[in-house]
Amino acid sequence: MGGVIASQFLQNPKPIQLNKSTVAELTDLGIEDAGKDYLPESLFSWDSFSTVKGFTMLVLGGFLVGFGTRYAGGCTSGHAISGLSNLQLPSLTAVVGFFIGGLLSVHFLLPLFV
Amino acid sequence: MKFVKFLLVGVVFGITLTKAEIISWYRIYEMFRFQSFHMYGVIGSAVVLGVIVIWFAKKTSLKGMNGDFISMPAKEKVWVRYLVGGTLFGLGWALTGACPGPIYILIGNGFTIFLVVLLSAVIGTFTYGLVRDKLPH
Repeated sequence: MGGVIASQFLQNPKPIQLNKSTVAELTDLGIEDAGKDYLPESLFSWDSFSTVKGFTMLVLGGFLVGFGTRYAGGCTSGHAISGLSNLQLPSLTAVVGFFIGGLLSVHFLLPLFV
Repeated sequence: MKFVKFLLVGVVFGITLTKAEIISWYRIYEMFRFQSFHMYGVIGSAVVLGVIVIWFAKKTSLKGMNGDFISMPAKEKVWVRYLVGGTLFGLGWALTGACPGPIYILIGNGFTIFLVVLLSAVIGTFTYGLVRDKLPH
């Protein structure tokens, strides 16, 4: 519901102010108009879902998010925010894991799907 | 009516994450490339505020709306599940640009393709339930 309210009544017509080197990098990868919307249409649309690459990325990504959240016993808000706020060492371990996964993903996994 | 408070907090959460651009795939990409302070600023300020609030709640034995003391269970003292599970989560987070909360918020924002991501995430949690006993924790 928050998402509906934000998109219907609180829209900002300006693009997201991304770092210029991020935009340049994404252009090199083949993602144009970086920051125009919340996400690249070329990767997240029903059109891309009907391609093998797009389908694999969406389904695999979602599966990893769900499986990883349960295995790690929490997600960004559970570990990075609530866990760290409660000074939990296990949450810090989980956040280190988030970054290992995230870095592997942007460097090796993502280029396969763009 | 008991659930109205949860609904309100959820709505505020959804608006905040949208306006703070946390639901943006680009912001997540930028974070994992260490090219912007944006996400670190948002998460960092949330943690600083969280530390203060939790410290205050413990110090003053603060009670919640239901009259019970506010307490947060400590996490288990193991590390394999956190590191391995966290890494798998990170792989998916960077790929989809969405952690569980934003998946719902993106659908609310009209990105209906995230229904696919939601469905596969639910299948992911279900699969964890099936193989849980065979995994190291």
